[in-house]
Amino acid sequence: MEFPILSLMLAVPLIAAIACLFLDAPAARMTALFATLIDLALGVMLWINYDIGGAQWQFQENLQLFAGFEYALGIDGIALMLIMLSVFLMPICILASWDSISKRVGEYMSAFLLMEVLMIGVFAAQDLFLFYIFFEAGLIPMYLIIGVWGGDNRIYASYKFFLYTLLGSVLMLIAMLWMVNEAGTSSIPVLMQYDFPVGAQFWLWLAFFASFAVKMPMWPVHTWLPDAHVQAPTAGSVILAGVLLKLGGYGFIRFSLPMFPDASADLAWLVFGLSMVAVIYTSLVALVQEDMKKLIAYSSVAHMAIVTVGLFAFNVQGLEGAMMVMLGHGLVSGALFLCVGVIYDRLHTREIARYGGLSINMPKYALFFLLFTMASIGLPGTSNFVGEFLALAGIYEVSTFVTLVCTTGIILGAAYMLYLYRRVAFGEQKNADAAAMPDLNAREWAMLAPIAAAVLWMGVYPESFLAPMRQDIASLEARLASVAPHYDSELAVGTPRETAANYVEYDGDKEGAH
Amino acid sequence: MDYAASLHLTAAEIGLSVVALVLLLVTAWTGAKAVRGVTIAAVAALFGALIFSVSLPNGGVPAEAFGGLLRVDGFALFAKTLIYLATIACLIVAPRYFEGRGGYRGEYAVLLLFNAVGMGIMVSAVDLMALYVGLELSSLSSYVLASFARKDEKSSEAGLKYFILGGLASGIILYGVSLVYGFSGTTSYDGIRAAFTADFATGAMFGVVFVLAGMAFKIAAVPFHMWTPDVYEGAPTPVTAFFASAPKVAAVAMMVRMVTSPFGGQVEAWQQIVIFAALASIVVGALGAIGQQNLKRLLAYSSINNVGFILIGLAAATAAGISGVLVYLFIYVFMTIGSFVALLMLRDADGQPLATFDDISGLATRSPALAWCLLALMFSLAGIPPLFGFWGKFVVFQAAVQADMIALAAIGIAASVIGAFYYIKFVKVMFFDEAKGEAPAKAPVSHWVVLGLCVLIVSPLGYLLTPWLGTAADAAAQALFLGA
Repeated sequence: MEFPILSLMLAVPLIAAIACLFLDAPAARMTALFATLIDLALGVMLWINYDIGGAQWQFQENLQLFAGFEYALGIDGIALMLIMLSVFLMPICILASWDSISKRVGEYMSAFLLMEVLMIGVFAAQDLFLFYIFFEAGLIPMYLIIGVWGGDNRIYASYKFFLYTLLGSVLMLIAMLWMVNEAGTSSIPVLMQYDFPVGAQFWLWLAFFASFAVKMPMWPVHTWLPDAHVQAPTAGSVILAGVLLKLGGYGFIRFSLPMFPDASADLAWLVFGLSMVAVIYTSLVALVQEDMKKLIAYSSVAHMAIVTVGLFAFNVQGLEGAMMVMLGHGLVSGALFLCVGVIYDRLHTREIARYGGLSINMPKYALFFLLFTMASIGLPGTSNFVGEFLALAGIYEVSTFVTLVCTTGIILGAAYMLYLYRRVAFGEQKNADAAAMPDLNAREWAMLAPIAAAVLWMGVYPESFLAPMRQDIASLEARLASVAPHYDSELAVGTPRETAANYVEYDGDKEGAH
Repeated sequence: MDYAASLHLTAAEIGLSVVALVLLLVTAWTGAKAVRGVTIAAVAALFGALIFSVSLPNGGVPAEAFGGLLRVDGFALFAKTLIYLATIACLIVAPRYFEGRGGYRGEYAVLLLFNAVGMGIMVSAVDLMALYVGLELSSLSSYVLASFARKDEKSSEAGLKYFILGGLASGIILYGVSLVYGFSGTTSYDGIRAAFTADFATGAMFGVVFVLAGMAFKIAAVPFHMWTPDVYEGAPTPVTAFFASAPKVAAVAMMVRMVTSPFGGQVEAWQQIVIFAALASIVVGALGAIGQQNLKRLLAYSSINNVGFILIGLAAATAAGISGVLVYLFIYVFMTIGSFVALLMLRDADGQPLATFDDISGLATRSPALAWCLLALMFSLAGIPPLFGFWGKFVVFQAAVQADMIALAAIGIAASVIGAFYYIKFVKVMFFDEAKGEAPAKAPVSHWVVLGLCVLIVSPLGYLLTPWLGTAADAAAQALFLGA
């Protein structure tokens, strides 16, 4: 058996999480940072050793520890990228909480490290029930993070988050039990190839949809998100937006599409409909927000709608685009929440109107904020452009109308983000206290610079990120090929003419005959 | 009839009875002086019975004692192991609990021993008469235990309520038993099964319904649950911990044996009743708990809620379902004893219990270890993975899905979300709210040991037990279906 690197990635933060409970504040901070950096290093090793174009499932581990389900881990390219996103954001989250969290630091760090264990576990699980356990367990630390260290209305937000997501996922458990009973195995790779009866797929798909749509979140079950985001501490928002929302998309790509292809095709109209509403509606809502975090939260819902649309295009561009939007959005929305956190730590308000003209007294901050704003809009050269372009190209092959609506959403996205940036960074300095805020310190540099580098890397050379996923997406497309929809643009391939279009018949014989 | 074999099979019950009688005499003559010794002797006797039961070779072949009155099989032994474990835990935590407020006497240990004997008979009885003897032995000692704090009005009230309503339930069971006997002509489980398979008259149906109604009372299933919150609140906390664990295991096991063995041929006759009781218990247990301020009342509703999930496994009416019931019971015993022990450790410096949500607000900063233990127990009771409570729900719902009762499973699990509301309220009060008052008084080591063990089992480490637990529960469940 090869080196169990995935188990090690789970064990390091787990041990650190237990240790943090017993440590005082400075020691807990250092432990948490150290553990997350080790996990990042392990993640980099994972990526380096990942054999692109090799076996579909790599780094597999399997231990018969439990009855009824297996401790089976293993990753494909899609999981690899999402694990990388998680381990990349975690040290940044710890840094973001360095000074702003001052009470019960040990417990806070412990909750974050547990979150990391569970997120890696979700992406690496190869057993349906192991996946469910990791998936559902994330509720506990997140509930505590929002409830203990959150804002004024944290109790309401934590309840809403917990109960909403729990209600979404319990029905999925029943569906999983049925599937395992039917297929006789709980192994995810086997189930991905299993053909469930078409009639049953409908119900199974709906049960999974209930869970993933809440996590994603899709309109109209997105309402927990703005509350949770606004009330959570900065690092909590980063993890929520950066990784937890991706669980929904990961669920679609790992379960709904390959396991229930027929139902996915039959119900794609539902996904398209909800996504179109989400893109337009939440963008308009974002436009009128007075609270910075709420604005970014609503923009997340809109971006996630692009992901779902891309996924249900059933073609390579759509699927790759959806994955790239997920990765890009994970970085960019996380970075935007960090940008909000930076000025929130100084002025303790998220109200947009209290700021203004920050580019005068905080030029470096304004530069980073500008970069992430542009990335959120999807400017070419940044990560989100690649994803959004691919996703929209994919969906254009299926439906012109959906593409039209979603592209409008992107324009609206530009509107609300530029409007936000203008009010915060440009204009005159209305408030003396905002005008007196110092620029970024070294810790904040260390948080924002790596994300900025990654955003640009993903925008300029996305091949690094697409290559590991290419084979998995190709096999998913092959799985979906039988149910893929027809192009509504009816791009008919005609018989080519024998000659070029500007050909004029040579009439040499008659030359000079007149 | 082979007396030697019969005596060997029932040696645990006989030994416990003898020890209980001797300890009763000791208590009568020495009074308060020997209380400590009596308690230790009782714990030792229960340990002996536990070890004897675990090591009794059942080899998959059920053995009958006393000419078919009691059957010692894997099922009975599994249930008895749980019962003895729970009784030992409730005995260990009691002396230090009563220490501050007085009133601890040797009779507490004696009553628990008699109760354990009665419960042992309940789970292995295969004859209606033997069953009733065991049931009453257990119930009567429970009534006394409920009012054990004689000077406490609430405790006396709890004992009286329990006695009257318990007597009514026993009467209902007896009435059902008389009907069953009248229509089948026998009190033996196998005989009843044979008679009912041949001819199941409407009158016999009434008998089944009455027996089940009485049993629903004993396990505190809706609609016969109304005594539970009052009795649980009024009884001294160690006694409440006991009521919520050992007698519940015994009553559930008794009901399981009843519906699979004598009524095993008439699944359609009782299945609907069990389904209704399951769903109603889940919903009422969850909704009733929401408004509660008193922690013991809240846990009482939680136990009603849990019984609902246990009954979902029973409603499946398959070996897998019964196995699920047993796994759930195993986990439930540790969750419920852990929660009640944590409650009885919550006392202020004057020895007054911290009984309501207001009293424990901000517990996480006042007593972090206790708060984290309670957090694990509450999330476990709510069935949130990775805590072990999830596994109990998992196996019963799996059994229901395998039995093609998907609607039942879906409604049950959706209703469990309502229950999650008050469990997370517990966490919210302890962790999110501002601390009020000072730290709780230091708890004795014995309490910490019991709590620590329970939390260890409900922690994710509990999943390491699943291979062993699954095998044991499957074997125990198979034992019930061997004769069928």
